Amino acid sequence: MRNVWTIASRELRSYFASPIAYILLAMFSLIFGYFFFSAVAIFVDFASRGQMGMQMPPMNVDQFIIQPTLGNFSIILLFLSPMITMRLFAEEKRSGTIELLLTSPVRDFEIIFGKWLAAVLLFACMLAISMLNLAVIFLLSTPDWRALLVGYLGLLLMGGTFLAIGAFISTLTKNQIVAGALTFGAFLLLWVLDWVNAYSTSTVGKVCQYIAIAPHFEQFSKGVIELKDTVYYLSAIGLGLFLSKRSLESLRWRA
Amino acid sequence: MIKVERLTKRYGPTLAVKDITFEVEKGEIVGFLGPNGAGKTTTMRILTGFLPPTSGTASVAGHDVLEEPLEVKKHIGYLPESPPVYPEMPVEGYLDFVGRLKGIPSGEVNQRVDSVVEGCALGDVRQKLIGQLSKGYRQRVGLAQALIHDPAVLIFDEPTAGLDPKQIAEVRQLIHDLSGDHTIILSTHILSEVQSIASRIIIINDGKLEASDTPQNLMARMRGHESLLIEIDGPPEDVEERLLAVEGVNGVSRKNGHAGRTSWSVETSKDAVIRSDLARVVVESGWGLYEIRPIGMSLEDIFLKLTASEDAAEAAAQDEPVAEAGADSPDETEEPTASEAAALPQEEPPEEQEESSKQEGAAAS
Repeated sequence: MRNVWTIASRELRSYFASPIAYILLAMFSLIFGYFFFSAVAIFVDFASRGQMGMQMPPMNVDQFIIQPTLGNFSIILLFLSPMITMRLFAEEKRSGTIELLLTSPVRDFEIIFGKWLAAVLLFACMLAISMLNLAVIFLLSTPDWRALLVGYLGLLLMGGTFLAIGAFISTLTKNQIVAGALTFGAFLLLWVLDWVNAYSTSTVGKVCQYIAIAPHFEQFSKGVIELKDTVYYLSAIGLGLFLSKRSLESLRWRA
Repeated sequence: MIKVERLTKRYGPTLAVKDITFEVEKGEIVGFLGPNGAGKTTTMRILTGFLPPTSGTASVAGHDVLEEPLEVKKHIGYLPESPPVYPEMPVEGYLDFVGRLKGIPSGEVNQRVDSVVEGCALGDVRQKLIGQLSKGYRQRVGLAQALIHDPAVLIFDEPTAGLDPKQIAEVRQLIHDLSGDHTIILSTHILSEVQSIASRIIIINDGKLEASDTPQNLMARMRGHESLLIEIDGPPEDVEERLLAVEGVNGVSRKNGHAGRTSWSVETSKDAVIRSDLARVVVESGWGLYEIRPIGMSLEDIFLKLTASEDAAEAAAQDEPVAEAGADSPDETEEPTASEAAALPQEEPPEEQEESSKQEGAAAS
């Protein structure tokens, strides 16, 4: 565990020593801020119409602000997470520092888990920023904080999944751009998988829908922990890390 | 301390290392000598557990590299060809990271960092980012990184590659200071480098172990095959005849000359007194003597000398003038080879040559 932390903390310091972390966090706060703003604006619009006597559905901040804002998170992840993960291994392979890691008395899994953990922690910084936005709602209203907590748990799981897949792809190449492009492509595919087959009832359609990453978040955003979705995310993270380990091992055999 | 038995490494269809067997005792400094692509790096990578062997075994401090890789890695400090540093980290932070990675207990890391910073003379750049350091400093950070957990075995892959002469001298001194407590393997393609620090030289060529002996013994085996370059102002026909007549001269071949002078490569069997003999002949004949110096042997020559039988080696040396062997060889010997000297353009100022002979002197000391 100590080795994992050694590697994770170096990786984190590296994120913050370069502009990467700041640029990503700034972009994130801008985009998330916009999503949050638009959700609030719609809510205010609807509320004022209701006051003018129009027929409106019953409204609450949970359903009208928190749920859609969290739901949009997967779009941000789609674009930003490749930038978090593309350098993880590609950069080490390019600069030769991978040789230091692989000749140190640490296990391959500790290296991978440490690096993934660093990426997840950077993502957690993004979550923290998003909480600042949502805190405003708590000043003005009384949303269900337990549901919100579950939503954040879901985000962490979904983010972990994206990052684990991204980490794996980064082990495949020495070139950050190649890693980034492949990761983005893979995420895009996993993203559109469900809308291509949204109305299909065939087995293939169902399988595609199950594989897609984002739909599994829906229940979390409503504050429901669904076993099916939790298992999906955890096994996807496991698969990503396992493939990374295999890929790192194969580095020794191919070299 | 290190035991390598019938080690073979295959990359697809190419054999990088062929059936190498050797042992290194505790406290020895062993130099791997060989041209680029000879299999030095591959052998080192197998020892460090970075690569698995295709067949054969290797063990370090009694632990097999395949069966107990973590134990092996604890005992090895490794400096790859390019130092594995993170440019965005400060020297101190980097060493702290490597220390923890190598399993030094948290409480002792600071102390170890202090000690390697002092040992590798990194005090001035301690807080600087590694990316801002010069190549020489970066190499020293690489050395510090290898030393941080005070390993019993040190493996350095071309530790002086790309450094300037002063930095080379510093790195050599550092390695020299480390001997005794540590078992050291270093690789190089420069003969004089291992000659000056190694207690044993292992010559690898084309993946095969060609020789393993002390520098003194190897030199003795190669003696009798030294070439001299001599530049004379005199009639070529007479020169060839009279030089051949000098005792100990095995062969004379003409190089191109300029400004009325001719350069000759003289193959000798004994080095000891022949230079003065040659000089006397030249002076007595009333010719001008512009230059006389030994031609550094390129690695190619050494392999030829060591591997071929006596006769074959001699034939090869005569058929194929040293100039060509030097030109084919990708490796720079410390001294310019005959071909380089001969290829110097006419207008080349004489300082050039003095400069190179100064370097020779520095390298020899």
